[in-house]
Amino acid sequence: MNQATRKLSGDTIFRALTMTFAAGVVLLFVTLIVVLWKESQLSIDAFGFGFLFSSDWNPVTEKFGAWIPIFGTLVSTFLALLFAIPLSLGIALFLTELAPAWLRTPFGTAIELLAAIPSIVYGMWGLFVLAPLMADHVQPWLGEHLGFIPLFSGPSMGIGMLTASLVLALMIIPFIASVTRDVFLMVPQNLKEAAYGLGCTTWEVARDITIPYGKKGIVGAVFLGMGRALGETMAVTFVIGNAYHLSWSLFAPGNSIASTLANEFTEADGDLYLSSLIELGLVLFLITFTVLTLAQLWLRRGMQESDR
Amino acid sequence: MSAASPIQNAAPADKKVKPVKAAKVAKPGANKVCMSVRNLDFFYADKQVLFGNTLDIAANKVTAFIGPSGCGKSTHIRTYNRMFDLYKGHRAEGEILLDGINILDPNVPALELRHKIGMIFQKPTPFPMSIMDNIAYGLRLQSGLSRSEIEGRVEKALKDAALWEEVKDKLNQAGTSLSGGQQQRLCIARALAVEPEVILMDEPCSALDPIATAKIEELIDELKQRFTIVIVTHNMQQAARASDFTAFFYLGKLIEFGDTQQIFTAPGKQQTEDYITGRFG
Repeated sequence: MNQATRKLSGDTIFRALTMTFAAGVVLLFVTLIVVLWKESQLSIDAFGFGFLFSSDWNPVTEKFGAWIPIFGTLVSTFLALLFAIPLSLGIALFLTELAPAWLRTPFGTAIELLAAIPSIVYGMWGLFVLAPLMADHVQPWLGEHLGFIPLFSGPSMGIGMLTASLVLALMIIPFIASVTRDVFLMVPQNLKEAAYGLGCTTWEVARDITIPYGKKGIVGAVFLGMGRALGETMAVTFVIGNAYHLSWSLFAPGNSIASTLANEFTEADGDLYLSSLIELGLVLFLITFTVLTLAQLWLRRGMQESDR
Repeated sequence: MSAASPIQNAAPADKKVKPVKAAKVAKPGANKVCMSVRNLDFFYADKQVLFGNTLDIAANKVTAFIGPSGCGKSTHIRTYNRMFDLYKGHRAEGEILLDGINILDPNVPALELRHKIGMIFQKPTPFPMSIMDNIAYGLRLQSGLSRSEIEGRVEKALKDAALWEEVKDKLNQAGTSLSGGQQQRLCIARALAVEPEVILMDEPCSALDPIATAKIEELIDELKQRFTIVIVTHNMQQAARASDFTAFFYLGKLIEFGDTQQIFTAPGKQQTEDYITGRFG
């Protein structure tokens, strides 16, 4: 066998091998959708589109509607982002603009390590540490001062939508903060110097130059955190309260898609019950898929624009 | 003006070609002095990169700094607006007098100093905002000007920077949508808008094509009526064309300083001659 054919056959095998791996992922993805779709057929036939907007969830009468878990998922994710975005921006700005050089690496690594803590640990911490703290101090204070707003009314139980959102926020901060930090590091030093050269303070440079320049990257980071928050299961299950109850109050317990699945999958005895849970899974899959696709598109657009 | 013969333009009657004296202070002839630099040393942590630089910058003239890469000319110019303050371990010693005040004194607020001394960088640095806001930004930082006053001064700055005709119909478009040369003139307009005394230019044309470069040089020639300009350049033709005085730096030392024509036609030091004739650097 001469050199050329030896190389050729090696390349062919290598290409076939890698292509198989790549195709495997796509196949897995398609299979997932097909199986979810097939298994939820019973529920889809029974409830149709109404499944998405009905807030009934009654295993006894076998009436199932996904609105409460969908609502809980969206609200807890939204609130988590509300808490996490400003904090993450602050962390990223501190790490890139303000922290002394010797502190940047250890501090940055510590933030990234937060992402490595298993989510069940966050859940336990939320249940045993944060929830009592919320019940005894934070929620009574909020209720006393802001109780006239429906969002902060009701009994202080510790667990509930607000606590779940806080735990979620804590879990997604490392993602958003570390990506945002990398985005800020890409802002050309010249650009910042130009602003300083005009007499800007560090804060003005951050607000008017660094953040607007990195806007697209920050949005990408936020989508990443959002994708994580939407699907987070264990930590939320611990603290959200797991109640099929629609309330204005953030203190009230609620439910999310992932926590519903975690709690009820093993108990689902009827075929329709199981099928409805699987349809919930399909809904979550579609929500997450949409968010991540949007994020990809956004980032790609951002890259093309900065290429110009 | 005739841009064709800038060297002749740059040599008005009041400046006579005279041999460099062995005087301690390099003086730009008999012109009014804008900045006086005395025994300027500069350190990156423990490494000294400027050694006793002493020279005067003439008011309303263009002073060019030339020298091979790493000779300290950029470091030198960045002491004039204390840009090095941003970096830990960077420090300057000596004196730089502007309006009788030593600007290296830590009690002199850097922010106010930078209002008086504008800077243009090697690559254009349009801010991530509209053309209008790019210019108005510095104005809004400093003063409580009304909206209409700001708009007036934006227009004036863009006209001064010879950019108005090209952008007047698209002031709300992003600054980054302009071409490289336009972006650089936008940055010049931004610096002009706040009416500084001195404009520092750190290789302002090195990222530009020859036509854009010619426009900037033409602009520099007009701007010196109102501003004192210090320009760092790698391009010796540019120094010869656009400047009134030239300082030659080598290894952190100011080797020779004098009238541009004299530096380029009758350099007083062997090193200067070697550099401008392309024997090294």
